[in-house]
Amino acid sequence: MTETLTIGKALNLGLRRALEDDPKVVLMGEDIGRLGGVFRITDGLQKDFGDDRVVDTPLAEAGIVGTAVGLAMRGYRPVCEIQFDGFVFPAYNQLVTQVAKIHARSRGRLAMPIVIRIPFGGGIGAVEHHSESPEAYFAHTAGLKVVAVSTPADAYWGIQQAIAHPDPIVFLEPKRRYWEKAAVDLDGTPSPLFASRVVRGGDDVTVLAYGPMVKTALQAAEAAAEEGRSLEVIDLRTISPLDLDPVFASVRRTGRCVVVHEAPVTLGLGAEIAARVTETCFHSLEAPVLRVGGYDTPYPPSKLEEEYLPDLDRVLDAVDRSMGF
Amino acid sequence: MTALSHTTEVVDPVPGAGAPHLPGQPPLVQLLTPEGERVEHPDYSVDVGDQELRALYRDLVLVRRWDVEATALQRQGELGIWASLLGQEAAQVGAGHALAADDMAFPTYREHGVAWVRGVDPLQVISLFRGVDAGGWDPVATGFNLYTVVIGAQTLHATGYAMGVQRDCAESAVLAFLGDGATSQGEVNEAMIWASSLSAPVVFFCQNNQYAISVPIERQSRVPLYQRAAGFGFPGVRVDGNDVLAVLAVTRAALAAARDGQGPTFIEAFTYRMGAHTTSDDPTRYRLASELEEWKLRDPIARVKAYLARSGIADADFFAAIEAEGDELAARIRKGTLDMPDPAGTEIFDHVYAEMPPPLAAQRAEFVEYHAGFEGGVER
Repeated sequence: MTETLTIGKALNLGLRRALEDDPKVVLMGEDIGRLGGVFRITDGLQKDFGDDRVVDTPLAEAGIVGTAVGLAMRGYRPVCEIQFDGFVFPAYNQLVTQVAKIHARSRGRLAMPIVIRIPFGGGIGAVEHHSESPEAYFAHTAGLKVVAVSTPADAYWGIQQAIAHPDPIVFLEPKRRYWEKAAVDLDGTPSPLFASRVVRGGDDVTVLAYGPMVKTALQAAEAAAEEGRSLEVIDLRTISPLDLDPVFASVRRTGRCVVVHEAPVTLGLGAEIAARVTETCFHSLEAPVLRVGGYDTPYPPSKLEEEYLPDLDRVLDAVDRSMGF
Repeated sequence: MTALSHTTEVVDPVPGAGAPHLPGQPPLVQLLTPEGERVEHPDYSVDVGDQELRALYRDLVLVRRWDVEATALQRQGELGIWASLLGQEAAQVGAGHALAADDMAFPTYREHGVAWVRGVDPLQVISLFRGVDAGGWDPVATGFNLYTVVIGAQTLHATGYAMGVQRDCAESAVLAFLGDGATSQGEVNEAMIWASSLSAPVVFFCQNNQYAISVPIERQSRVPLYQRAAGFGFPGVRVDGNDVLAVLAVTRAALAAARDGQGPTFIEAFTYRMGAHTTSDDPTRYRLASELEEWKLRDPIARVKAYLARSGIADADFFAAIEAEGDELAARIRKGTLDMPDPAGTEIFDHVYAEMPPPLAAQRAEFVEYHAGFEGGVER
């Protein structure tokens, strides 16, 4: 059955299906029950599955993630919602020192099948702490896996795959794209969770993005095509582990690579990708790998976020610079 | 004196410690006095037969002997560090004996006495402090989680585990260990909020050993710790942490209440860390020798021995046999430590994930290849 769904609704249906498929799945978070979450991602789930499986927790993020550890030890599969990206930091200790390390600490005796859902990124005109892109912190932490979806189909399948996976996953949801629609085959075969995907073929420059920036990269490719430039766009989909083989194959053809993300460029994912691409594709490169990202500043007040966020023009500017080498 | 001096002035370095029964000091549950006299308490009693009393004494002596041997091994360079439990044997052995087989304990990094009671081999604890692994025991099979070094983090794990117990409709309880310093951590407070709000079957067992490394208890709390529980909405009780019978009685009652659906309890086991925080610490820099001497008079083992001897439950042969068993244990620990093989280098990689990602597998392969290049004695 194919349905046209927003990313938000696709997540809701994916969570519903995970709750149906496995009685050990427990959703936990602030306002996710009766209210259905501030973005309504869990709308209706507490009503249908009860308040033991869709838990309105006290208001403390470390508590949400820390109790998830104990539930996982007891055989449950907790799915934690962090209300906004900037609120994950009270839980950072539990994520980095406990969730990420318990499998190693126990030499594999204790699995941590925990999903941390985080609406991330800017562009919604919000106040401070509601527009951040913290993915690099988690990608830098051994023991965690990090996924960033960009489409309704990946949202629907990805959340189910993440919940079924034995390792802890930080699951990043592109909040400003929650309302983007596309057809989703609810019975189809999902793509592997930890695999990047070429979403538009091209020959001149390879453009890499994930989460909310995939759409921006595709818009840039559309505009570039009108000027006779052919951009290949790859949706990374998984941030840790990175699936770079398709990227290397693409860069070996194009010789040029631009990485786009909202997070600040310094020590962001683009830095790691630039290093990897350079190490692996050195002799194919016609230009240095370029990065388009947020500035090395706090995320600005919303009247300035359009200046801060990478957009079509900044991507095209980087493409121009790459082609100019 | 600065304007802030009233907040830093140390009035009584160990409130209540010098005279826990003086008027004005908080009540403290005690069933066996420091002199070894059995006393009654209106709310708590413990029904222990002679055999269990001897077993408690044996455990107290053996964990202390283990601790002494581990400290010696560290001094001789065989362990990287050791966190001594000296002085806290009764709190730990009493709490350990209160646990039922299906209960789960979440220790800090000092609960060697509980580990012992749960059947964890001392060498599996030693392996952590020798740097071989992060603890060699099976947390599920033993009902004793791996040590947690980040202060207080395990209290949330215990509470989450208790939420799982509730969902499983199991008749089990969870015992979360923490120290006096941990009560200042946000996560510990969150754990108590969760436990209270959800009526989770978890008991918070706080060993107030008076110091968080060097910082005395009154920097953590201006009220006796057990009184904190009231603010979270569940009972708190202060027990003589050097009285194994009182600890057993209080912890048993709290765990039974938890199993019975009555929610959490906070137990403050009032005790004293007679040794250093760890072998890297120097307590002479922050506490007086006279304080230690005072606490030696409340030794957790001497009072049991006095009671057993005076009441005729144990004789000189029994005590000698336990001493001999302690020496055998120490010898086994020593030999086991020295014989402990170093882990394989690939252990670095092998347990990070349940499903190893390809980039890490590639790093592992590079590691193996790199080290293979040194065969023939180039690199030891």
